[in-house]
Amino acid sequence: MIKRNEDIIIQTVTRLLTPFVQLFALYVIAHGHYSPGGGFQGGCILAASFILMAVANDVAFVKRRLPERLTTALISAGVLIYAGIGLACLMLGANFLDYGILHRVLPVDAVKARALATLGVEIGVGITVMAVMVSIFLNLLSAGRHEEGAVE
Amino acid sequence: MKLFAFLAVVLTGAALIYSTFDMPDWGDTTSPANAHVSPRYIEQTLNETATPNAVTSVLADYRGFDTLGETTVIFTAAIVCIMLLRTRTDD
Repeated sequence: MIKRNEDIIIQTVTRLLTPFVQLFALYVIAHGHYSPGGGFQGGCILAASFILMAVANDVAFVKRRLPERLTTALISAGVLIYAGIGLACLMLGANFLDYGILHRVLPVDAVKARALATLGVEIGVGITVMAVMVSIFLNLLSAGRHEEGAVE
Repeated sequence: MKLFAFLAVVLTGAALIYSTFDMPDWGDTTSPANAHVSPRYIEQTLNETATPNAVTSVLADYRGFDTLGETTVIFTAAIVCIMLLRTRTDD
């Protein structure tokens, strides 16, 4: 389907563009409190940078930087971070996902603790969305074979 | 049997359309959602969650359980995709 692409222009532009795309993705995740953005959007942008790498080069190029074992672990890790923050609230005696109680373990007051916990769950969502998008894309691209370059 | 299914669909659809006549008008400022929930979120978000962006505070804080479900849906989609597509190669 997709043969390995040797176009030097596309590869160089991708190489230059990728760090900025990833930096912008982290900004979108971290700045969700103040501007449009958050875990879902930022995770998608972060995944787009890896998908761009896969399109400009090949599957193995992405898998060297983001191994499949890591992607699969990150899919679960994001959900676990989210649920873990919820469970931490439960352990401290509040309701599930009632972030205010986290001021007992964080060095801030209850209101700021809710903002920090919101950032925490957004990071969890971002990790999951990024890993999910990359995983689904690589599986669809290579029909699940993840072979070097292309599948005919 | 097909006729029965068709009638069931038509009756359900008719009931759903009939029920929409009772819904508040689009953008009605006196509807319960706009009169109680929305103003509270808009006015109290900064005091309660220190988050200026009300969308984020509603998404991750006030309705955090819903977002946890959404994340789980995406998680499930990826796991199903891996299970359906991924084939073991020699390694």
